[in-house]
Amino acid sequence: MNYLESLRLSLRSVKVNKMRSFLTALGIIIGVAAVITLVAIGQGASNSISDQIQGLGSNLLIVSPGQATQGGIKLGAGSLNTLTLDDVNAISKLNTVSAVSPDVRKTAQVVYRNENSSTSIEGTNADYPKVRSTDLQSGRFFSKFEVQGQANVAVVGTDVVANLFGDPSAQVIGKKIEVNQMPFTIIGILTSQGSVGGMSSDDRIIIPVTTAMNRLFNMSKVSTIFVSAKSSDLMDQAQADITSAIRIQHNLPPKEDNDFQITSQAQILNTAQGVTSMMTALLAGIAAISLVVGGIGIMNIMLVSVTERTREIGIRKAIGATRGIILRQFLIESVVLSLAGGIIGILIGLGGSELISRLTPLTAKVSLSPVLFAFLFSMFVGIVFGVYPARKAASLNPIDALRYE
Amino acid sequence: MNSVIQIQDLKKIYRIGDQEIHALRGVSVAIHEGEFVAIMGPSGSGKSTMMNVIGCLDKPTSGEYFLDGQAISQAHDDELARIRNHKIGFVFQSFNLLPRTEAVENVELPMLYAGVGTKERRRRALEALMAVGLSERIHNKPNELSGGQQQRVSIARALANEPVILLADEPTGALDTRTSMEIMSIFQRLNDAGKTVILVTHEPDIAQYAKRIVRFRDGQIIEDGPVMDRRTAALPEEVA
Repeated sequence: MNYLESLRLSLRSVKVNKMRSFLTALGIIIGVAAVITLVAIGQGASNSISDQIQGLGSNLLIVSPGQATQGGIKLGAGSLNTLTLDDVNAISKLNTVSAVSPDVRKTAQVVYRNENSSTSIEGTNADYPKVRSTDLQSGRFFSKFEVQGQANVAVVGTDVVANLFGDPSAQVIGKKIEVNQMPFTIIGILTSQGSVGGMSSDDRIIIPVTTAMNRLFNMSKVSTIFVSAKSSDLMDQAQADITSAIRIQHNLPPKEDNDFQITSQAQILNTAQGVTSMMTALLAGIAAISLVVGGIGIMNIMLVSVTERTREIGIRKAIGATRGIILRQFLIESVVLSLAGGIIGILIGLGGSELISRLTPLTAKVSLSPVLFAFLFSMFVGIVFGVYPARKAASLNPIDALRYE
Repeated sequence: MNSVIQIQDLKKIYRIGDQEIHALRGVSVAIHEGEFVAIMGPSGSGKSTMMNVIGCLDKPTSGEYFLDGQAISQAHDDELARIRNHKIGFVFQSFNLLPRTEAVENVELPMLYAGVGTKERRRRALEALMAVGLSERIHNKPNELSGGQQQRVSIARALANEPVILLADEPTGALDTRTSMEIMSIFQRLNDAGKTVILVTHEPDIAQYAKRIVRFRDGQIIEDGPVMDRRTAALPEEVA
């Protein structure tokens, strides 16, 4: 009897016992679908985090205050407030830099008639939209001259509109709101960016940095400076230029450490990707466990199947099936079931990922390697967990098997 | 006459724990081509063990067994499987057809294991089913067939590889009198056509259809002789 006949025989047996076959394959179906879907969710999350970091702006460098040192002990980042608007001016003169935007922020009470809310107020300059890749939904951003003139103008996020005016689509351009009792005229609305980790990016008000520092909050230091390099090739050069420019501004002697630090977008991206790939690996690990459990399920049912089919095996042996033929039949059956389970699992995994992307805020991105892995693993499971029951079936004594009820 | 089965001083001892059970205590018998032998005896007489040994399902503890000139006593399991496949046609009391499998596919099964091609298999299966008078309902599954029809299918399966002996173990045990007679008539007809038939039974009525009776008791042959007033089963009407 050749392999083709064996295969046909096994397929028949799978087809004849539809319910049992389905239950056998179910473990693998769930395992494979889980691996594909969970890895896809992990990948999707990783991609969306990368997108968001890239969405911070292009060729972005972030200058933040350095750590204070007290008696040789370093305090936390930002413990020194060293950055000023003069630093911003100095950086803007560098020719490796295309735009610079300072950032000061504080939470303040915002009032419109009877409504009020506590909102993050950000002070920045006219380069902000360019540096931070921000779009406006309507109205305009404030100009260089409004920054110089310390104008009372505000660009607001969509949540602010919803909170103060009761309707996110209210016509608010030209309306006056009060921040800490100081009146501001709304001149623009930011495009909604959604929320990251439960924190809304739309609940904020952007005003000229000069107004914020000098008139509203009475601050002299800038908390962060965002810099756009001219091109991605110039990132390192820009970083070096900014470092020396600020060192000159701060009059640091050559041996003194920097009292500020510069982080590039690539570094943030690396850190975030480290975290997300860890998360993906974790999800894949959990799913892989379910695949192993599925494999054991196959062994279980194949073993039960050997017992249940003892008489059938006896009949087959009595009329001339050799050990090898019985072994082959059971082995092919379990491989066929695992493979079928694997393929169905892949389809469900693909469908599930698609559904999750459409119906939930999560994005699931399917890639080839988990699909291949799941497929190969299910075949492996079929062989490994099929061998023992197959051997058991093959070694049955035909007389006992025939007598078995 | 050629002897199809040549058995000399066959012993079979089973060990259950410390106990030794002598199922066969030195049996010698020869069965020739074209014979119709009934093996009789009460339960525990050794007739079932005898049938298992003759059917190559079990190996004797000692003694010689030649089937169609081939020594069986020392054969390996896989060799025995091939001998069962090629030389022996089994008919069981409980039919032992594969469930959920069409009648014609059941008949094809031994040929499948013998490596007969698909078309040839189907042709010979239909031929064998015709020979046992079952030309319809061949695509039905065993549970859709009557007992008599199932036994016909199993006889057809036994004939499929043109074995040297037909070995029937209580073939009428699960059938009513009328159907039993029909089945016995098939055996008689096959025997008339030259097939060697060995029938294991405890029913004297059924044994009367054979030509020769071998009686067992306590693992030994106590009587071996021709059937005196042989019964001939009336030819059954073709069963639809």
